[in-house]
Amino acid sequence: MSHADDHAGTGEGTRRNFLYYATAGAGVVATGAAVWPLVNQMNPSADTRALASILVDISTVEPGTQLTVKWRGKPVFIRHRTGEEIALAQAQDTEAAGNLPDPVARNANLADETAEATDGNRTIPSPEGEGVGAWIVQMGVCTHLGCVPLGNAGEFGGWFCPCHGSHYDLAGRIRKGPAPRNLPIPPVSWVDGSTIKLG
Amino acid sequence: MFRKIALSAVSVLVLSGGAALSEGAKQHIEDVAFAHEGPFGKFDQFQLQRGLQVFTEGCSGCHGLKFVPIRTLSDAGGPGLPEDQVRAYAKNYFVIDKETGEEREASPTDNFPANAGAGAPDLSLMAKSRAGFHGPYGTGINQLFRGMGGPEYLVSLLTGYTGEVKEEFGATLYANTAFPGGWIAMSPPLEDGQVTYADGHANSTHHMAEDVASFLVWAAEPNMMARKNAGFVSVIFLLILSTLLYLTNKQIWAGIKGKKHA
Amino acid sequence: MAGIPHDHYEPKTSGQRWLHSRLPIVGLMYDTIMAPTPRNLNWMWIWGIVLTFCLALQIVTGIVLAMHYTPNVDMAFASVEHIMRNVNGGHMLRYLHQNGASLFFFAVYLHIFRGLYYGSYKAPREVTWIIGMLIYVAMMATAFMGYVLPWGQMSFWGATVITGLFGAIPGIGEPIQTLLLGGPAVDNATLNRFFSLHYLLPFVIAALVAVHIWAFHTTGNNNPTGVEVRRGSKEEAERDTLPFWPYFVIKDLFALAVILVVFFAIVGFMPNYLGHPDNYIEANPLVTPAHIVPEWYFLPFYAILRAFTADVWVVIAAEWVSFGIIDAKFFGVLAFFASVLIIGFAPWLDTSSVRSGRYRPMFKMWFALLCIDFVVLMWCGAMPAEEPYATISLIASAYWFGYFLIILPLLGLIEKPLAQPATIEEDFNAHYGPKSHPAE
Repeated sequence: MSHADDHAGTGEGTRRNFLYYATAGAGVVATGAAVWPLVNQMNPSADTRALASILVDISTVEPGTQLTVKWRGKPVFIRHRTGEEIALAQAQDTEAAGNLPDPVARNANLADETAEATDGNRTIPSPEGEGVGAWIVQMGVCTHLGCVPLGNAGEFGGWFCPCHGSHYDLAGRIRKGPAPRNLPIPPVSWVDGSTIKLG
Repeated sequence: MFRKIALSAVSVLVLSGGAALSEGAKQHIEDVAFAHEGPFGKFDQFQLQRGLQVFTEGCSGCHGLKFVPIRTLSDAGGPGLPEDQVRAYAKNYFVIDKETGEEREASPTDNFPANAGAGAPDLSLMAKSRAGFHGPYGTGINQLFRGMGGPEYLVSLLTGYTGEVKEEFGATLYANTAFPGGWIAMSPPLEDGQVTYADGHANSTHHMAEDVASFLVWAAEPNMMARKNAGFVSVIFLLILSTLLYLTNKQIWAGIKGKKHA
Repeated sequence: MAGIPHDHYEPKTSGQRWLHSRLPIVGLMYDTIMAPTPRNLNWMWIWGIVLTFCLALQIVTGIVLAMHYTPNVDMAFASVEHIMRNVNGGHMLRYLHQNGASLFFFAVYLHIFRGLYYGSYKAPREVTWIIGMLIYVAMMATAFMGYVLPWGQMSFWGATVITGLFGAIPGIGEPIQTLLLGGPAVDNATLNRFFSLHYLLPFVIAALVAVHIWAFHTTGNNNPTGVEVRRGSKEEAERDTLPFWPYFVIKDLFALAVILVVFFAIVGFMPNYLGHPDNYIEANPLVTPAHIVPEWYFLPFYAILRAFTADVWVVIAAEWVSFGIIDAKFFGVLAFFASVLIIGFAPWLDTSSVRSGRYRPMFKMWFALLCIDFVVLMWCGAMPAEEPYATISLIASAYWFGYFLIILPLLGLIEKPLAQPATIEEDFNAHYGPKSHPAE
């Protein structure tokens, strides 16, 4: 190495230093360019990303029944409520007002995160020809410890989680039991009269 | 001495490419100048769309494409069809739902269905699993300059029917100048004017064969453009790095070479 | 290194002394990177860094690929297509790994042939040579098992042929083959264990490489003259050597960068050229491909395996001598393994007192023939097992064994070597001294 220092300090020295820095810099860039793809391959692959958003055909879901689909690895409850259930849900709104264990709507489609958990704030807008509140779409994962609640069960006519006894009402709100929060509503929108898009 | 070693090294590279069939089995394969060939080649988007149409109308009845996700039809660098068209197109196919076990219409997130009912091979990798060019005499030089020849083989196959037919052990075989052995169990799938292209593009058997071969190359290698881009960037960057290292090396050794003592 | 007098690492700060007295790792790394290296090394000495790069490349891309690959006969092929189509950058990772294996073998053959030409295997470097051969055999096993993983037609049938070799061993062959396969034929058990071992062996190779480096640091590197570094005093040693860093690190990195230009060009523009199209067809145990061909780097040994058919006189002789125990198939297997192992015996087969081929005029000619022979065997291995390739394979195989068993021993006795330089310094100055270049 001693010989390489013979001309240190002169113009040649700075030129030499620049060359060394340029080479080292290029080496660092090469290493970085090599590392990024190695890390990025762990990010979700194209098929997983494609399933980030799914279309669900709900034309065959009769009132009073529920369709459960898998979205991003978890169950989603798509319930078509009957007229009586809607009326009951709205009655529950009034009856429970101010008394809900979780007063927040938990609806990803609302701009306001703190919106109240009314039935209107948790149902999706109805398609033409149907009354308000006919459809409710929510994650089928109990907010306590993650079990899948059973439909048409529980003291409030909605869902009941058998693992630790959480009761959800017809609007998917937690009313009794250890679960802390209402069943969350994922991003959902209508594509056409018989298809919704999740995510 | 090093020239001999270097020569051997180069011959290693060249000879090894001849690992494919050495005897051509009297195949006649024509060379086709595809749009995607060469380091600067790119897929012709409209040719891929025409090829998709030929595949749908002429091939999908018997052949599956089970490794190709239907959504890739709207990917950049491929046929690039709009997403709603792809969604509608997907409904032509039926798949078994993995969760319910029932048959349903395909959606873009599904792969094209497999289809082995007629004993026809899946086409997802057909363009990569056939070599059109060989030798000469096992040296692999043909493939070095003209490519593996997969799509060329497909074009020659689709246009290589002579019309002769024979019956053998209850099966009907058709004479084909490109198929190894000369007799293929597939009846001629294409005839002139069979597919009508919306843009009025020529639709002779040869044109359709080129289009569907090109589509099958995309189906086998949808990431070809990304690969070539990465190749370019890497090569150029490494050339710069090599130059810098060459100069650095020269600089470091300058004090040593040309001196009497260490 | 242990033999060449040179300055060793001295811990300077109190922090360095603290660590050095507990674990001399900094010292080990420093002394390794600053190892005195003969100053006259030429461009055939760069393959070590290429090989190290390849090992690192294969391990890194391999680990990353293993995050997406499924070693089950029903899912393996599809998982590879998943990598090619869906995984971010998966196609590049796969092609880098696939072609990285080819670069690995390209470099190892040049590295081995360099050793054969310059007599790097001769005393005192026999242990380095043996370890090198162990590394090579481990590489062959790793590459063979890796090729089975995509579960294409060539994967399956190549595995069938090579595991079948073990069945050719008389008596114990079939139980051994069954043990290797985990069943009567190549199937899921085989695939799963090949995946496990394919993941394991590269780390065994890495450990062997560390020992390999330890060995040649102990004896010191060979150099193109075959003349040893002077060890009388530190001053003499310094005139024959230069510290590895920066002189040879930068030189090696430059050579590596140039080689990578070609490598990335291949990966980017012709990644399937060195492969076989049949491996893009899913494995089918009921349909055999027209020609079963291994990857190019196995072709020479494959040619030797196939050359010894039942009508070859030496096979007939062996059969008679062994009362039929050694048949043509087993002979071929023996020849296959022997053709690899014979390289390891070079230190004891070569009788010459002159190390480097540079000063052995007769040797040069026979060595050149060996290189050509290797390429001819490679070409034969890709051809079908018919005439004229069968005869050419036999002649080429005979030369391969003849070189090691007959020519190397004889040459040392009858050759008249050229004058060698007295010192490395003399050789270096003859190329780069003040007479040939004006002082900078």
